[in-house]
Amino acid sequence: MRRSLGLFAFIGFTLFLLAAAISLRPFGEPVHTEMDTYFIQHAQEEASANNVVTSVVFDYRGFDTLGEATVLFTAVAGVLMALRKREVSS
Amino acid sequence: MTTVIIKTTTKFLASLILTFGAYIILHGHLTPGGGFQGGAVFASGLALLIVANRYDDVKRAFKRVPLSSLESIGALGFLGTAALGFMGYTFFKNVIANSGFPLFGEPTPIGINPGYLNTGGTLTYMNIFVGTKVLAGLTSIILIFFLLLGVKKDE
Repeated sequence: MRRSLGLFAFIGFTLFLLAAAISLRPFGEPVHTEMDTYFIQHAQEEASANNVVTSVVFDYRGFDTLGEATVLFTAVAGVLMALRKREVSS
Repeated sequence: MTTVIIKTTTKFLASLILTFGAYIILHGHLTPGGGFQGGAVFASGLALLIVANRYDDVKRAFKRVPLSSLESIGALGFLGTAALGFMGYTFFKNVIANSGFPLFGEPTPIGINPGYLNTGGTLTYMNIFVGTKVLAGLTSIILIFFLLLGVKKDE
């Protein structure tokens, strides 16, 4: 009973994966064409920077950079906290 | 560990690496790069200086450098620059761009152009703050590992 149930789930999952693989988008076809075009056409006048990547990282998706900075801050705080005690004792 | 080769190379390379890191941070809105990458390059130059010098010299030299304060200044400055957008707009709104502000406030010419340093608005300030933060954080990690695991009596 359990074994047939597992086999049924396995076959169903495999069929789901196959269906997903068949319905994939063809290689090289962009997904969000409107957003890319908007960035390329408006980034220079809106963010006033020649480097579009910087205007995306710091302006359009600034929260992403905020999270990365928080990750770095947490890493440094963790390293300093983990190594502080031994430094005092030595 | 600090051989003559490392010391002699460091004398020439360290200033070049530090200059290159500062260049990457300041030109983040014109050329590939930015705060994170420039800060990492700057921290690698400081790591070279840390590794190539004696233990006591490094300890004495870095006792006066407020690395944790620099990191906090970077984080708070980044948040504060982002909060400038609350002046009538939303969070992370680039308010200084195209406004004629004396530093980094000039509008950039549209189209293909070599790029001018005095543009970018808040992007450049954020680059500087993030660069300060990254270089202080990475340098403090390298410094505490060196102080813990470094050989105290070399040469």
